Amino acid sequence: MATNEHGSSDVVPVTPSSGAVVGTGVVPADAFENPGLPPHRPRVTDLDPKKKKRAARFIVAMFWLSVLGSVSAIFAYMFYPIEDGSISSVRLNTLFVGLSIALSLLAIGIAAVHWGKAVMADKEGVDERHPVRGTAATRSRAVEIFKEADEESGFSRRTLIRGGLIASLVAFPLPAIALFRGLAPMDVDPNTELKHTMWKKGLRLTQDPTGTPIKAADVTIGSAFQVIPEGLVDLPEHEKLDAKAKAAVLLVRLKPEDLHWTSKERESWSYDGIVAYSKICTHVGCPVALYEQQTHHLLCPCHQSQFDIANECKVIFGPAARPLPQLPITVDSEGYLVATSDFTQPVGPSFWERSTTCASHPHHRKRVSSHLHRTTWMSAPAFQAPSRSSVARSSPTTGRSSSVR
Amino acid sequence: MTPVEYAGSYVPLRGVEMSAAMSSTLDISFDIRGGLLMRQIHHWAALLFVAAIGLHMLRVFFTGAFRKPRELNWAIGFVLFVLAMAEGFTGYSLPDDLLSGNGLRIIDGMLNAVPVVGTWITFLLFGGEFPGNDIVGRLYTLHILLLPAMVLIFIVLHLMFVVIHKHTQYPGPGKTEQNVVGYPVLPVYAAKAGGFFFLVFGVVALIAATVTINPIWNYGPYDPSPVSAGTQPDWYIGFADGALRLMPPGLETVWLGYTWSWNILIPMLVLVVFLLLAFIYPYVEAWVTGDKREHHLLDRPRNAPVRTAIGAAGVTFYAVLWAGASSDIIATHFKVTMEGVINTLQALLILGPVIAFMITKRVCLALQKKDREMVLHGFETGRIVRLPGGEFVEVHEQLDEYTRWQLVSFNDNAPLQLKPNPLGKITASARFRVAMSRFFFEDRIAPVSTKEYQAALEHSSH
Repeated sequence: MATNEHGSSDVVPVTPSSGAVVGTGVVPADAFENPGLPPHRPRVTDLDPKKKKRAARFIVAMFWLSVLGSVSAIFAYMFYPIEDGSISSVRLNTLFVGLSIALSLLAIGIAAVHWGKAVMADKEGVDERHPVRGTAATRSRAVEIFKEADEESGFSRRTLIRGGLIASLVAFPLPAIALFRGLAPMDVDPNTELKHTMWKKGLRLTQDPTGTPIKAADVTIGSAFQVIPEGLVDLPEHEKLDAKAKAAVLLVRLKPEDLHWTSKERESWSYDGIVAYSKICTHVGCPVALYEQQTHHLLCPCHQSQFDIANECKVIFGPAARPLPQLPITVDSEGYLVATSDFTQPVGPSFWERSTTCASHPHHRKRVSSHLHRTTWMSAPAFQAPSRSSVARSSPTTGRSSSVR
Repeated sequence: MTPVEYAGSYVPLRGVEMSAAMSSTLDISFDIRGGLLMRQIHHWAALLFVAAIGLHMLRVFFTGAFRKPRELNWAIGFVLFVLAMAEGFTGYSLPDDLLSGNGLRIIDGMLNAVPVVGTWITFLLFGGEFPGNDIVGRLYTLHILLLPAMVLIFIVLHLMFVVIHKHTQYPGPGKTEQNVVGYPVLPVYAAKAGGFFFLVFGVVALIAATVTINPIWNYGPYDPSPVSAGTQPDWYIGFADGALRLMPPGLETVWLGYTWSWNILIPMLVLVVFLLLAFIYPYVEAWVTGDKREHHLLDRPRNAPVRTAIGAAGVTFYAVLWAGASSDIIATHFKVTMEGVINTLQALLILGPVIAFMITKRVCLALQKKDREMVLHGFETGRIVRLPGGEFVEVHEQLDEYTRWQLVSFNDNAPLQLKPNPLGKITASARFRVAMSRFFFEDRIAPVSTKEYQAALEHSSH
């Protein structure tokens, strides 16, 4: 007898064939009776042999149309080659090979489905289900087997052995976790790396991507420059992106009276209205690439955090929590903009140890000095006329433009 | 990845330094006949794959197909859904272009926020600092070996259970919990399913032949400094990106000397909880009903009003997060302020699911009432008859027995009454279960019984 959790008079617990508990389900005593399958409705193709013949012809035609599609795909492959440097040849190749393949596939699909629906025997079957739940005997036997195994092994009784087994099973995957340490260089501590960038005292601000140093006099009011540290372009390619991912800076010049500072010290980090801020968003690290010249706002296109340049790049909207870190700058004797130190706080997204202090890692110091070594050796590169694309990239942005580099 | 200087057919990028991954993707696109077509078929198919899984999950949810004995198969299907998203994301990152690189940057930023181990997890994942040189190679291994192997295993399990349990079936005359009505696999079902495979493949090929997707040559190689406006992930990652975007500003604290980035942890937690709720829903409902019977007949969504309403609330929640990922595009296309769009979506994220729940539940109950009405009083035929007395009436007709069966045969639950257990105590868990049972089944329209039907017939014949 199945149990029902209501037990009220109008509800009669009925035993389902499996004998399972009904729970809060209501099994009405005076339910309707299932009328059984409705009478079979013949299809038009069953009633009219002509229509069946037509359907069959259509299916044959579709299958052969598919063959035609496949053959034409091969011809398209041959007759629409890709010519070196020609985008339109790629387009034509993609289009004609693709359309032919699509024809071949769609025709097979239409033919097969139509065959199944209109021509194949229209016989719905009725299968009996077998309950998934085991019989009471099977279930109790399974419990019995486990009990016997427990008794024979002494798993419950011999607690010391059991404890040892559990301890060893917990410990055995641990070496695998330790092995994961090898996924990254052994002699580098991420905590140290994240707290330093390539910037240091005296390093010139240069344009991205040419590496041309920037004279303070060339930065007009309202203009914006994408900046990388001097020497970054000379790094090996694989180090370049890592360094750039932390050191990218946005340089803008406002009227000095438009800039509001919370301290004299912060003000001294700017030069005559020229300010340099980390371009890496403090939210999850996208480049804060959109500069709205009129309002002095920076916008991150990934998650719409907005920063106010006039107020030390404080967050005015969006999910970011912290202002963009400011790079302290001044000019050197030749009038070029230079950093006076590294960023005074870690750039980019937050991380667990962000607010902890850490001593500079010896390995890190070595790497920085090697950069410096290379850059001093290079001396200031001769002025190069920037290529057209780089002019377009680093020209001042007016208003909220679509894409800024 | 090894950096190379691109020298392929795509002229605007010639001479540009890029990773071997990006260069090889460009070679596939521009130097191999049919290469671009294959890339586009692959990408469109991936989008459709996740969409099809999503639709299938919604169908299974709203018809109650996840009930005993299929709870485990729901869980397996859910794992497949997550694996499909992982497959999509790893694949999307492989070309190492500007857009996918920024996607990885976001993953880096999110993982960094994980308390205690976040910094190390990102460091190990990227093989050093972001972006490093290892990530594309690692994602490649995941994308072509590890994840597909897992997908394969879970699909085999999923289908094995379909063979063991057989299909569920929509309720209807002749269909019972003990039988399964339908076409046999051979030949009709095989012809149709095989045909549908070719139809779907054909549509994907048609789209891929005519519509560009992921034009990485427009984005350029990854560089940490630039980004394009209007960055969007592939659609199925949108809800996660939207969750990040909808956080209000300033949520970060330094506590115990460490940084707690609530602006990232909260969205991550919300997503995990949301997915977890979807994962365990069958078990929750099974616990509330206490029903251990096997259910092979599906529910019409209206006949499970609270489940349907929960589903609608979930869909609304997901949809608002998803819209959040396009907040900037919505703002620029409809010429409204971005702050306005985001604030509206923030409000909708909280209120939307509640409103959707209430409306859906009421609509379901109203539809159930309509079904009762139809069974008890028949339907209006539109035929006007003039009675001998001069009175005009519209003739009502009773439903035929097959249609009636459709409307009266559904699985019904009644709310639990709070009763003491055999020891005479009312436990807290019993109270909770009764509260949940009331939440689910308090507003209840019972199916028409034969007694009621007879009474209505007699009444109408007077």
